[in-house]
Formats: sequence, C-alpha cells, structure tokens
Amino acid sequence: MSSLHTLHINPLILAGLNGSNWHLADYESRGGYTQLKNILEQKIPPEEVIARVKASGLRGRGGAGFPTGLKWSFMPRQLPGDKYLVCNSDEGEPGTFKDRDILRYNPHALIEGMAIGAYAMGIPVGYNYIHGEIWQEYTIFEQALEEARSAGYLGKQILGSDFSFELHAHHGYGAYICGEETALLESLEGKKGQPRFKPPFPASYGLFGKPTTINNTETFAAVPFLLQVGPEAYLKLGKPNNGGTKIFSISGDVVRPGNYEIPLGTPFAKLLELAGGMRDGIKIKAVIPGGSSAPVIPGEMMMSTDMDYDSISKAGSMLGSGAVIVMNETRCMVKSLLRLSYFYHEESCGQCTPCREGTGWLWRMVNRIEHGQGRLEDLEMLGDVAGNIMGRTICALGDAAAMPVRGMLKHYMSEFEYHVEHKKCLVPEYV
Amino acid sequence: MVELSEKSVQEIHRNIAKYPADQKQAAVMAVLTIVQDETGWLDASAIAQVAQILDMPPIAVQEVATFYNMYNTKPIGAFKLSVCTNLPCELSGGLRAALYLKEKLGIGFNETTPCGTFTLVEGECMGACADAPVALVNNKRMCSWLSNDRIDQLLAELSASQGVSQVAHTSEKTSAMQEFNETKEMGNRA
Repeated sequence: MSSLHTLHINPLILAGLNGSNWHLADYESRGGYTQLKNILEQKIPPEEVIARVKASGLRGRGGAGFPTGLKWSFMPRQLPGDKYLVCNSDEGEPGTFKDRDILRYNPHALIEGMAIGAYAMGIPVGYNYIHGEIWQEYTIFEQALEEARSAGYLGKQILGSDFSFELHAHHGYGAYICGEETALLESLEGKKGQPRFKPPFPASYGLFGKPTTINNTETFAAVPFLLQVGPEAYLKLGKPNNGGTKIFSISGDVVRPGNYEIPLGTPFAKLLELAGGMRDGIKIKAVIPGGSSAPVIPGEMMMSTDMDYDSISKAGSMLGSGAVIVMNETRCMVKSLLRLSYFYHEESCGQCTPCREGTGWLWRMVNRIEHGQGRLEDLEMLGDVAGNIMGRTICALGDAAAMPVRGMLKHYMSEFEYHVEHKKCLVPEYV
Repeated sequence: MVELSEKSVQEIHRNIAKYPADQKQAAVMAVLTIVQDETGWLDASAIAQVAQILDMPPIAVQEVATFYNMYNTKPIGAFKLSVCTNLPCELSGGLRAALYLKEKLGIGFNETTPCGTFTLVEGECMGACADAPVALVNNKRMCSWLSNDRIDQLLAELSASQGVSQVAHTSEKTSAMQEFNETKEMGNRA
C-alpha cells in the first residue's frame, strides 16, 4: 500500500492508482498504450524515439543515473541476429521498494515502456528479471503479460505493424548481487550470479553473448509518460540534467514510510514533510539518501539539500535508486553500520578477493567496536580496508560495501571513538 | 526422484519455453523453485532430477541451488519463516520481530522446532522496507507490519493448518539473548 496515497507531486507513473486498477483495461482508460500505438501507426522512426528520450533528460532510475537515451543509442540496431532487452526488477538494495509497486500497481506502464524501447532499438525479445522475494508481484506481472499478449501489444506483428516483440518474466531467488547488470545476465542464463568483467559491455556482449540493453523498471515505466507529456515538458518537471519525476522510497524513522513520486530537485525537507515528518517528533540525525550503499549525510545538511542526482552528489553522497533511509537522534551509527556491513559480507559473491575478504574484515571490525572490544587502531584500519576494496573489484558491490564505512567515519568518527574508549555502545541493545 | 504433479510439469515446460531452444539451462532457477515447492528441500536426487530435465551436469544445478539463498539445500520445517533484519527494517522493529519469533518458537536462526513445523532464518532485504517488519513464509507469502500480535496470529494460523494444537513451547527469554551474544562473539576473531 506504500504508493496508494495522494501525497505525490505531479505524479506520472503512480498517478491514479488504487491497488486494484492495474489491469489492461484500467491502464488503457488512463491513456495507456497510446504512445506505442502512435509510434506504430505514424511509423515514427526509431532514431526519433531515441532522440525524444534523450531530449527528456531521463536518467537511469536503478542507481547509476546513466542517460537513458544515450544508452539506447549504443545498441547496434542494424546488426543482424539476436538481440535482447532486459529489465532489472531485482530490487534488493536495502531501503528500495519502488519497482515492486510499479510491478503490482502499474505493470502495463513497464510493458509499454519496454515495447517502445524494443522498437527503438530493433530488439525482438525481452526479459524482466524480478526479485525472488516478491513472488506475488511476479505473478501479477505474468498476468499483465498475458493480458498484453491477448490484446496484441506483445507478440508477432504488434497492432498490425511489422514490429514483433516477445516479453517474458524471470524470477531471481535470493541474491542481492543479481541487481548488478552483468550478474543479472549470468543469472538469467541459469548460472551463479557472478558479475562479468567489463568491457565488453552488454551492448556488444550481453545475454547469451548477444547485444543487450538493460534498464531499471522505473526507467522503462517512465518512457510512455515522458512521450505523453512531451520530452521538453518532462525535462522541465525536474531540473536541467535531472529531468522528470522520480519515485523516492522513504523508510526508517518517519511517520509514513512509503513511495513518493516527486519532481527531481524537490527539497529533501519537502519529501520529509510528505512522509509525515519524523516519527514521534524525535529530531533527525542522519539520512542515507540513495540506498544502503550511499554514504550517510548528517540530518542538518540534508535539510538544505535537493533530491536530484547533482545536488546529492554535491553533498557528498549519491541519489542511487532513490531509497531514503532516515534515522533519528536515538540511533547509534556504529550499530547501523554493523548491520550494513553484515549485509555486504553476506551478499558478496566471493569472486574478487578484496571484496570477499574485505567485507568480512570490515564486518568483524565494526562488530567488535560495537560490542566494546574495539581497538583504537581499528578506526584507521576500517578506512584502510575500505580504501583497498574501492575500485579493486570487478563490480560495484565492493564500492557499495566501502562507501557506507567511509561516510560513517567521515561524519560520526566521535561515536566510533566513544565505543572504543568506553567499551560500550551509547544505545541499549534492541533499540 | 519424485513424481511431479501434472501442474508442476506444465509449469516447467512453460518456463523452458521462455528461452531460446539451445538455452534450456536458463530455466534452472524456475525449475528448482517448482521442484522445491513439491519436495520442501533440494536433496541430491532433486538436483539430479532437475539436471536431467534441463540436460545440465548435476554440479551446475548444485552450484545454482547453493548460490541463491532461497533454495533449501538442507531439510527444513513445514514452514520456513525468513525475517528481514536489515537496517531499514531494523529501524521499524525488524529485530524486535525476530527476537519475538525466537522466543515464541524457542529456536534461533537456522534452527527448526522439534515438532518440525517451523524453521527460522534471517533474510536479507526483501524490497518492502515501508512495510517493516517483514517476513516471508516459505519464500512466497509476504507478511507485513509484524507486530507481536500479528506474529501470534500468523503462528496460530500456520500451526492450525499443520494440525499442531499449539505453537511450540515458549522458551526462557534468556536463550534468545544468549544466542544473540554468541553471534556477537563470532565477530571478535579478526
């Protein structure tokens, strides 16, 4: 129910949803599939579709923020042979829960967005890789696919044109690493989800060794809407270089945790207000603004920051997937880091030594600091180990494990020192 | 080898058909899930069966089954409860819910009640942080906003469906605390 409220600002993807109106007929009554129809009826050239996506300023909503139109232009569309379009719905970054709501409340927006992308890039087959833990959403998405196939929006010669596109759902089964695009491809091929070295990039060597484009769920779902309102209007909804609206998943110590679709560039203070403010009126201490791998930012600094890629980056963190974890002043930062460090240790795929060994080392050090057995030299060692993981692994999980450590040490070193000196945590267990 | 139901066989074929004919292996995650739903856990014969269906070496199937943590590669109880204790959940009572489950069931993480009804595991992010505390029942049913009352109701419902008259004995409060302390010790080796 986390998206089913009227507190969004200029919502597109989440507008007018009530939890049961996700079916094809509902989506059509909201104007759904008209963009796909227009493109096919008016025979809009694929290059023109890509140009519009570029002009909208849409950036990847999965975490990296890469310009979507640019990514689409990398696909060698004239190349004969198989090509694939893949949607990354393997949403497992702690704090992120927006794609789940698109899958269960507006799945046809995603299907239409993927079909438009497939047309623009000349791709005949697509897969949507869905997080294993959200089985109900996987089944809803499969039903939506069936509806779209019956109505002729998917399959051979869509709406009487010469464009054909088959789309299938694939589920994960419990591996955070599969959210990394090349691990996802390995997993989709029926293997362990261990990331591939890049280059070659998926655009030249992707799924089953064929050219592949991978985008996040929210990115695809935004495409029909940006075409509907027009690329310029979409860009203007946000800020220059940060076009459109974005769904923020807000969790932690707020009154109404949930998803809020707001224009990029909206002040954080406004987002916090939409979420009902701080739970029990306790003062804000810290915010992790872009999923658990984003460096923490102190509350006061956050209160004067806007929610867009460039502003958050300027504040020393990253917008990532738009997962905003809010912590109040009763929270212990060592304990918080302990849980995050455990997560990365648990989820490291084990392929690269710096990550496999380093994440365990970080976790054990934070664990002993939290439990009063830390040594003063651990504080320096934490930074050293984190620094030696960063940039030395095949994929970004190593960086994702190291960045929270660096952020915590940068802003909350005194709490770590207190734990070491006083041999205890400031906050009682289980709080 | 287990005799798979007609429905499972159909599901297996439907999933294999999603991928190119020369890429049957791509269906391995789906097929393992379907087989696990019938067998409860994936023993060597279940792995061999999946390997046979997909023309894969059994070791390649085993690799997949052990890499993804929702596959059960050891015997488990009738209901596997996976509780998320990650940071966003923890901020909204995830640890409290986990501790309450441990007390109610008298077991720690990765343990099964003596009656074989419940197995408790610590899950990682399920992508439902606004609904915290969150737990999965047998991988597929997500239970949200798990207050102690809702946990009581859930356990009673699941026990009743198994014909167990009462939820397993409630242990002394200290045992769960003790286990917590033991996990802490693990971290002090470095």
